Amino acid sequence: MVNGEPIIDIRGLTKRFSGRTVVDAIDMTVRQGEIVGFLGPNGSGKTTTIRMICGLLRPDGGTGTCLGYDIARESHLIKLNVGYMTQRFSLYEDLTIRENLDFVGRLYELEPRADFVDAALDRLGLTGRQHQLAGTLSGGWKQRLALAASVMHRPKLLLLDEPTAGVDPKARREFWDEIHDLAGEGLTVLVSTHYMDEAERCHRIVYISYGTIVARGTVPEVVAASGLHTIIIRGGDQATIARRLRDRAGIEQAAIFGNDLHVVGADPVVLETSVAATIAGTGATAETGETILEDVFIRLMNDGGAAPDNGGQPT
Amino acid sequence: MRYRRFSGSRITAVMAKEVIQMRRDHLTFAMIIGVPILQLILFGYAINTDPRQLPTVVVAADAGPVTRSLMAAMDTSDYFAIADRAVDEPTAERLIARGEAAFIVTIPDHFERDLVRGERPQILVQADATDPAATSGGLNALTTLIERAIARNGTGSGTPDGGGVELVLHRLYNPEGITAHNIVPGLLGTILTMTTILMTGLALTREVERGTIENLMATPARPHEIMLGKIVPYIGFGFLQVAVILIAAALLFAVPLEGPLLALLTVTLIFIAANVTLGYTFSTIARNQMQAMQMTFFFFLPSILLSGFMFPYRGMPGWAQALGEVIPLTHFLRAVRAIMLKGSGMVEVIPHVWPLAVILALISVVALARYRRTLD
Ligand SMILES: Nc1ncnc2c1ncn2[C@@H]1O[C@H](COP(=O)(O)OP(=O)(O)OP(=O)(O)O)[C@@H](O)[C@H]1O
Ligand SMILES: [Mg+2]
Repeated sequence: MVNGEPIIDIRGLTKRFSGRTVVDAIDMTVRQGEIVGFLGPNGSGKTTTIRMICGLLRPDGGTGTCLGYDIARESHLIKLNVGYMTQRFSLYEDLTIRENLDFVGRLYELEPRADFVDAALDRLGLTGRQHQLAGTLSGGWKQRLALAASVMHRPKLLLLDEPTAGVDPKARREFWDEIHDLAGEGLTVLVSTHYMDEAERCHRIVYISYGTIVARGTVPEVVAASGLHTIIIRGGDQATIARRLRDRAGIEQAAIFGNDLHVVGADPVVLETSVAATIAGTGATAETGETILEDVFIRLMNDGGAAPDNGGQPT
Repeated sequence: MRYRRFSGSRITAVMAKEVIQMRRDHLTFAMIIGVPILQLILFGYAINTDPRQLPTVVVAADAGPVTRSLMAAMDTSDYFAIADRAVDEPTAERLIARGEAAFIVTIPDHFERDLVRGERPQILVQADATDPAATSGGLNALTTLIERAIARNGTGSGTPDGGGVELVLHRLYNPEGITAHNIVPGLLGTILTMTTILMTGLALTREVERGTIENLMATPARPHEIMLGKIVPYIGFGFLQVAVILIAAALLFAVPLEGPLLALLTVTLIFIAANVTLGYTFSTIARNQMQAMQMTFFFFLPSILLSGFMFPYRGMPGWAQALGEVIPLTHFLRAVRAIMLKGSGMVEVIPHVWPLAVILALISVVALARYRRTLD
């Protein structure tokens, strides 16, 4: 379980690609046993940050340690104890499932290798298809194979870059159950994702936008810190109401979820006035709702990094 | 987990993976076997070109006016460069065996006297025929030069066919002057250059292109382990080609192997190692497989042009010869021609082998220095 020891500890980490700052002086601490969600829009710098943490990219500024080793100078020691699952499938498509796991087993000098591979295949439920080429697996199965390969050597830290993209809900549920089991045994996890339900399964989340961390903390903390208020409208012609609302003062978002129209704004009074004026005579009803994480993220994305880094506990 | 700088397990991991991938790539595998045979048949007939300035030693037991004028004529002609005119027979034979002389011209005792008497004295010409294209032109030219030398001095009967002199030709090492015999070492070298550089050149760029490099780099494998793991299998594939070429050469062209097989294999090992390391270096520089392929061809062209494969080395201008010296194929050709056709052993080919070893060492250093440890 979570104890005090920092597993990832980075300060002012910066990365530039041909002059463009992609990760801009970020600080982050992840403690042992924590599952930290790493969120942010496309191109915000999640993959770049993860790559710097495990020594695949050289930072242009800042310092950091991972598992107590310096990320700039001791990456070979870090790599021994880190499991990294890349965003893009990066095992060998022209090798069979078993051959891929064998390859990984040899690289980490696992003994007896066959036992490790058998156990991994068994957990995956792929024993019957172990001689199938990895390239012929469906997208979701590739992800599961990649996860199995990245935990086979029992790492202390797991870096997962969008591990469940394209994975069905049941498999995702199982995947997260396993992540929690592993964390319970002391494994630390940093996982990037675009899924809100996954963010909610993390102990803590970090939200990055344009290379800067703009929100962090537990999910309730991040929601509270956003200062957003939500009203839910039911009934009436929701598409028309939503269109009208978007032109009104104090309305930041108006999005339909099935039969509910979520209306989000920062100022509760202005929000209520605008809603009341819009739905008058349409037969729709309004009631106060709960702001959800997605609303916060949409706000953060619209702000484009302007929001202060004010969420939750200092890390 | 303790960290070891050199892990047999990690090298084996990469090696086994490369072998599996190669085996599964049927087209490439078929080409490894098929290309040598095809080339051997196609190139069985060589390209003939006129060589220049072939080093010649003269063993002159007589030194009259005809001899002097003959030597002067040879010296001024384009074909010959008289390296030494006062050597004894054993020295001359050593020079030709080492490849430092292409011709020995022996002028017998009493040559001038016999010529004046019309007794048709013999001039013995021994030619290094391991490269028949190079020597046959020289032999033809020599006949003409002798005629002129005699005519100028007004001696002998001056008949057009040999000018009162009997020219005795000895083609050494490849008596029939069969081009196929010479082309086999050449093909062995060029095919190995082409395929081994290309295969290893693609080995790392393929990982970059497919994105698998990210996973590989995130594992504890070190640069030298990855390099060894990727190079060793291709040395093996190179030897597979050597076997194919040698067997096909023996069956199709009855090419002899005069020297010891072990010497041939040793030289070939160093040569293949130099090539795969070069290919690996290319793959650390190239950003994709296309670039790696272009670099291979860029290197391959001067290799066949300047190494003495396409054109006789001695026919090239000085700057081209200097360039040729840094090409592994040049040294390999010399060593393998000596072993296969002259019957030289390891000791005799050392002068050709050490430059290869130096080239190998230098490329290895560059390859390791060039390896990108990170993705940026
Ligand atoms: N090797 C590279 N060279 C140049 N620019 C790069 C490189 N890698 C990433 N970038 C740029 O850096 C920025 C951040 O990329 P990164 O992959 O870290 O984003 P991300 O948060 O992982 O996005 P996504 O959610 O789409 O995966 C992007 O604008 C990308 O174009
Ligand atoms: Mg990414």
